[in-house]
Formats: sequence, structure tokens, C-alpha cells
Amino acid sequence: MSSTAAAPGVISLREITKAFPGVVANDRISLDIVGGQVHCLLGENGAGKSTLISILAGMQQPDSGTILVDGVPTPINSPKAAVDLGIGVVHQHSTLVPAFTVLENLMLGETGVLRNETRAKARLGELSELLGARIDPDALAGDLGLGQQQQVEIAKAMWKGSRLLILDEPTSMLTPQAIEKLAASVAQIKAQGLAVVFITHKLREAYQMGDCVTILRGGKNVGHIGTEELASYSEAQAQRAILAAMFGDDVATTAEAAELAGATEAVREVDDLEIGAKRARLELTGVATRGHGHDVDVRNVSLSVHEGEILGIAGIDGHGQAALAQVVAGQRSAAEGTIRFDGEDVTRRGVRGRQQLGLRYVTDDRLHEGTVAGMSVAMNLVLKRIGQAPFWKIGQINRKAVDAEAERLIAEYAIKTPSSGTRAGTLSGGNIQKILLARELTDGARFVVVNKPTYGLDLKTVKLVRQILTDFAAGGGSVLLLSTDLDELVELSHRIAVISDGEIVGTVQNDGRGTAEKVGQLMTGAIEGVHA
Amino acid sequence: MIEELPRWRRITDTVVRSVLPVVLALVVAGLIIAAMGSNPLDFFAGVWKYGVTGNNWQDSLRLMAPLMIIALGLIVAFRGQLWNLGYNGTFLLGSVVAAGAGPVLFPILPGWLVTAVIIVGALLIGAIWSIVPAVLKARFGTNEIITSLVMSFIAIGVVNLLIKGPLHDPNPRVTAPQTATIDRADLLPFFGGTRVHVGFLVAIALALVAQFVISRTSFGVRLDVFGASPKAAQHVGISRSWMIVLLFSLSGALIALAGTIDVLGNVTYMRANWNPGYGDAILPFVFLARLSPLGAIPLVAFYSVFANGGINAARSVGLSSDFLLVVVGLILVFMTITEYVGDKRRLGQSYLPAGMKQSVMSLFGPRTTATTRVPSSPEKATTPPEKVSTTKTTATRAPGKVTT
Repeated sequence: MSSTAAAPGVISLREITKAFPGVVANDRISLDIVGGQVHCLLGENGAGKSTLISILAGMQQPDSGTILVDGVPTPINSPKAAVDLGIGVVHQHSTLVPAFTVLENLMLGETGVLRNETRAKARLGELSELLGARIDPDALAGDLGLGQQQQVEIAKAMWKGSRLLILDEPTSMLTPQAIEKLAASVAQIKAQGLAVVFITHKLREAYQMGDCVTILRGGKNVGHIGTEELASYSEAQAQRAILAAMFGDDVATTAEAAELAGATEAVREVDDLEIGAKRARLELTGVATRGHGHDVDVRNVSLSVHEGEILGIAGIDGHGQAALAQVVAGQRSAAEGTIRFDGEDVTRRGVRGRQQLGLRYVTDDRLHEGTVAGMSVAMNLVLKRIGQAPFWKIGQINRKAVDAEAERLIAEYAIKTPSSGTRAGTLSGGNIQKILLARELTDGARFVVVNKPTYGLDLKTVKLVRQILTDFAAGGGSVLLLSTDLDELVELSHRIAVISDGEIVGTVQNDGRGTAEKVGQLMTGAIEGVHA
Repeated sequence: MIEELPRWRRITDTVVRSVLPVVLALVVAGLIIAAMGSNPLDFFAGVWKYGVTGNNWQDSLRLMAPLMIIALGLIVAFRGQLWNLGYNGTFLLGSVVAAGAGPVLFPILPGWLVTAVIIVGALLIGAIWSIVPAVLKARFGTNEIITSLVMSFIAIGVVNLLIKGPLHDPNPRVTAPQTATIDRADLLPFFGGTRVHVGFLVAIALALVAQFVISRTSFGVRLDVFGASPKAAQHVGISRSWMIVLLFSLSGALIALAGTIDVLGNVTYMRANWNPGYGDAILPFVFLARLSPLGAIPLVAFYSVFANGGINAARSVGLSSDFLLVVVGLILVFMTITEYVGDKRRLGQSYLPAGMKQSVMSLFGPRTTATTRVPSSPEKATTPPEKVSTTKTTATRAPGKVTT
């Protein structure tokens, strides 16, 4: 690879190493980013992708190694240095200020004393032509759909004449339709001679959009497929090559690996369920919530989840999922409507009352809401049963009973922890999620609402979590599954409802192919429809 | 991910972090005394002499009673991450209940009943006064630091008005703005012939009860969950509003109790503008004790001796007694530094702001060209990545060396 290092138009990373306490996030990674090419960076969560781009963006400094720009060693020791080099990053989550107009958002980084709006508008014109998307400069960023917001983010990243555009998991929040638009924009940018780094953990996208692929695993560069090589492969061959690098010998079969890596199209995996024949377990009628800062509240939500059913809720992140989950769990009170659980009206019951009935909640905020990082694993496992027998007797804690319960759950859910007394915050994300599942699904659980259960987990844990949920449903439990991952919803749900801006805009029976597209249409119709 | 430390390391770490700031503050205080032309050893010997020897230990313990109870009041609120800074006002409110009601009620009712009435009254007033910032926070999300502080100023004003007005000593020969004095026979019982009153025992007993509640009961766990993360507390089904109101009123009640006990056992009457500022002095020690009631006992005892002996000791070496506050301030400064350095050390980070070392090092040019360090194992990676910057300078200087 050193032969291309001196070539102009190339940004080369050489032996980049970055260690954090307890983990080497990047271990001697070398790669070349060439202009006019889309370089896909593939890898599981925790493979070191994010660290690598934050080094490129000047937000982190490597412990060792060099970055060469056009063959010249160039330290990128601040985000400003990265911008001056023309390196722009589009982060996974929106960094736009919702109350500002598109133009104001784009001009946030301007350093001049006076705002030069004319020049800014001209620049935006150039960029929208390049992206092939019309962007209204005076629209409020918060009013735009997510696909459009992302186009603005790209424009923002390229504002100062970019030479390298880094897209961090850009498709994770988009509908299938918006992904197509994004692909078109990326192709345009590429045609202008810019380099694009495209980060994803989905194989399909890597093959469709990428010119070359680099695979990271455990902080190491474990495989690179060059431009010619990738072009000569069929999709199946490329997949096999990538999967081999991505998992090594970790995953038993290729089919399993392919599915985990999102190589194949998702298909439903849960057993058929005659919903009509089953009793309704949870019924929401006209439920609305009110107030709580910036969260989107739910309005007029009516839905029912039956015994043994997994009901998926699809939607773009931040469209009322949190409010829905919380109102079901009892953490947020319902301003209107009723919630019935197994026929009983539980609208006025609090979290603890519903917990005892068997209504459980696995939150998406595992670290700050679901667990108390400074407390032991054992205490976190009984956190929802504080004060209850046999763990507390006459107000006094019975540590033996707590530890025994903890040991039981640790064994049952294979939670990897040095001991039950270890502080929960020191465990990995996957094991913290297992703590949550163990805690919620034990002791008479009949219904569980799960919000983004596999977000940010490594693929093996993802598989395990999905298995736990399907087993729970197969045993007669009911699941309300809120997720932004369409593939996950299609694999696990019997039915999928779509939430948009706090309202349920439609429900799709998950039978056979094409569910994802139908759901995507509902999402698009509800969100982009107004602005398209 | 943060590595779990072995148990003994955690314990020594805690002790070091609690004691080191005090030691450093005393050392620096000694240097300041020396710089002012006095002998620091004389001062420290004076602290011991006037704080412990002879009958002086009795005064130290008498001072410890209100300090300890205030510390408990602060611990209750701070454990829930509620920053109740209204302690001065609440303390005076508790005091004025005793100083106002005592002289009036003791002559006409049995002593035990009056004491009980005064204590209950103080607890109630302290709790009610503290509920205002609590409700404001629970309902509207206002910052309790501001509201509790403002409520404290109001309380101080109200107390002074009461002492100058309705509670003024009815004896016409007393012109100074102060209340009547409580008769010595009506004060709290003293321990056989000493000046230590039963309030000291109450303070220690309360500390033990608080320690038990915090470490053994379900309320203690709820309190810690709430303190660690209000979001987690809500998730577990703990009402945030209720918790805020409860903790604030508990905290206020305890601090008011400290005021009552100090008047009933020690000062016997109140002058206008009397404000011992106990809470300000004890605040750093509450943090040094890691908000543990048991841990607070030795630290409060230390400060009681230091404050009691320090006044005379300072005078004897020709310093103002305000010098004690300098020491308290120094403890706060060194506590902050110890925490910062300790946390950085635990996380294995450099002590300097990112990029600073790099910029400083670049001034010294080629001397910094160290060998490129590549951590080969996770264990090694836990050492502070201080050499980061030097490798970067290497890279820019000798590009030939680095390529592949």
C-alpha cells in the first residue's frame, strides 16, 4: 500500500493506534482513502470505526501512527485542522439546531464578524446541485424530514470545500426510500472527485455503494478488498469474502453470519400466530401524554398486544417512542385514554404496581436509566424489587437472598461479570443489556415493552437478545417492540405499527415479503410527504 | 470501561482522598503562618492545648453536637444530589425557636414538655422552610442552589427581626438586641460535671441511625438510586417530586434541630446578627467523608477540636481567628485537586488538558523524539497515554521512518 502513499488526492492512515483504558480501539490500522471513490468501513459495534473517524476529524489524537495527506505527514490535532484540510463528518445523530433555519445551521462555523448571506446562499446552491437535492435555505431544520436533514448535514460537512466526506452509519435512521436518495447523492459527490468514507455494519449497503471495502475487527484492519477486486466479485462472492474477514471463525455458519451482518433481506422468523384466537393482553385506547420538555408526546394511540404476540413499532427515532414506552410502563402518566392489562384498568397504577402485575419495561437508555452504574450487578438485578420480600425483611436488606437471586439470573442469562458484587458500570454494553432483560423477564413477567433492544450491541449479543424475546413470546408472553431497525422489526414482529410524530399512522401485517417497503411507505408518507 | 480496583485499593484510595487534603491544607496553612512571621508549630501546639488538654476537650465535644447534626442534614440532601445551601438560615430558625419559646415556656410548664415542644417546633419549622425550594424544584425545575440560598437570606432577616422585636428580652435593663437567657436549670442535661450536654449523644445516635438507614434499608437504596440518576429512579418507580420534598424537609428539620440543641445546650440566648456559619465550615468535611454519616464523625470531631482550639491558638501566635476559615478554604482547594488528580489517575488519563503537553513539548524541539510506543496489550493501555504527543512530534519530523 505504500506505493500509493505519495500519490496526490490520497489521505493515508499509517499504523494508527489509539488505546483507551482496558481496550485498544485502533491497533496499527493502515488504509488509503482515494479521491473519487467510496471507501466502505465495515465492522461490528466496538470494532474501532468511530475512533478511527474521530481521529480523522481531529477530535481524538492517535497514540502513535501518522496521517499523510497527499503524501505529506499532517497532524490533525483539532477539529479545525480537519475542516481546514477539507475533511467533513456527518455524524450518526443530527447535529443541526432545530430552531435555526437551514442557512443559519450551515453558517454556524463561519468565523467572520458579519454574516454574508448572499455568499452562503450561492454556496448552498452549488451544493444542492452537487447533491441533487433541493434544499430550502429558509426552512427550519426541525421541520425537515430526516432524509432532508441528512442532506443538510452533508452540505454542512462540505461547506468549506470538502475533499473527504465521512458518513457515519448514515442509513441507520432512514427509510428504504430515503436510502436510495442518499445513494444517489453519494454517487454525485463521488463523481466530483471527492473521497467518501462510508461507515456501516450492513453488508448489503457496503456492496451496493462501496468501491472498496475495509473490514475492522477488534480494532484491527482484518481485510481489505480493493477496487478491481470488488468490481470483479459477484454480490455473493463479495459477501463471502467480507464475512470471512468480519467474523473469522467466531460464527458457526455463513448463513448465520450473513443474516447478522444484514447481508440478506430480512424475513420474519417468529412462528405464525392466530391473533384473533388469542386474548388481548395490553390494550391502549386513545392514550395521550403531555409535557416533559422536548420529548415528542404521543397522541390518540390505540393498540392492542395479544398473548404470545410481538407487536413491532416502527418509526424514525424521536417520534414519540420514548413517551409510548414510558406511558405503557407507568413512568409517564396518561393525560387521556385508558390502559388495560389483562382486562384490568391499570391507567392509574404506577411503575411498581404494573411491575408486580407482570408488565415490564426494558429501556433504551441502558446506562443511565436502566442501570445504576455505581451499584453492584446484584443490586441492579433486584432494582425493581427494592423493599420486597425476600430481599428486604422488615425494612432491612437480606444480602444473602439478593446474592442468591443475582447468582441465579447471572447463570440463567449468562451474564459475564467477575462477580455479583462488581459495579454494573464496568460491564460491557451487551452484558448490561442482559442484566436489564434478566431483571424484567423474571418473576412472573407476562408482557414486556422493549425500546431499541439491540442498539449498539455486538452481533452475537444481538442474536441472543432477539432469541430471548422470541422465546419469551413463544412461551405465551407478549412483547411491544419499539425499534428503529426495520430489519429487526421484520424478523421479530407478527404485526408492525408505524409511529410518526406521536401518532400511530398505520399497521402492517408481517406476512411474506415486502413488509419493509410497506412500512417504509407509511413512514415516508407520514414524514416526508409534507415537504417532498 | 473503568477497571474495577481490588477492594483494599479502593479503601486506601478513599482514606487517602479524605485525609490528604486536610494534611496538605495544614502544611500550607503552616507555611502561611510562617510567612506572616509566627511559628506554625506554636499554632498547632496551641490547637492541641486549647482544643484537647485540660477541660478543653469538653468544649470541643459541645461544639461537635450541632456540627454533626448539620453534617447529617447536608448528607441527607447531598446523597440525593440536592444541593441544599440554606443551612445558615435553617439553623438560625431552629435556634430562634428555642431562644424565643424557651424563656417564655420554661417558667410555666414542666421542663421536659417544653424541651419536647421546642424540638418538635424546630423540626417542623426547619422542614416547612425547606419545602419551598423543594416544591419549586419538583414542580418547576428551578435550581435549588439559588432558591435554598435565597430562603436562607430571608430566614436570617426574619430571625433578626424577631430578636429585635417580639422576642426581645422583656427585661427593660437589657438594651442590646437579644433574647432573654434560658435558665441554666432548664438546659439540656449535662454529663456528670462536664460541659458536654446530651445533645452530643443525640448527634452521635443520629449519625448511627443515618448510617443504618443508608446502608441497610430499602429507603437507603432508593436514596442512592435517586442520587445516582433521577432517570433510573423514575424507571424503578420512585417518585421524583416526593423524593425531593422528603429529602429537603428531612435535611431542613435536622439542621434546625442542630440550632435548637446549640441554644438549649450551649449558647442559652440569641443576639441579633449572631450567625456562627457552622454549615459553611462543615461543608468540605461532608464531602471528604464521601457523604457517609459514619465517616463524617472523625472528620467533624477533628474540625471541632481545630475550631475550638484554633481560636485561642490563633490569638496566641498573633493571628486573627478568621484564619480558621483560611484553613477551611484550603481544605476545599486541596480536596478539589485531589479528586481531579485521583480521577484522572484512575481513568489512566493525562493530568493535562488535551494538546497542552504537545504544545509545550514542541517548544523544546528534538529532545522529545522518543521511540514510538505501540501498546501491545490491553493491560499496558491502562497507563496514562502521556507519550502521545512525543510520538506525534516524531512523526512530523521524520516522515521517512514511519511509512509502513
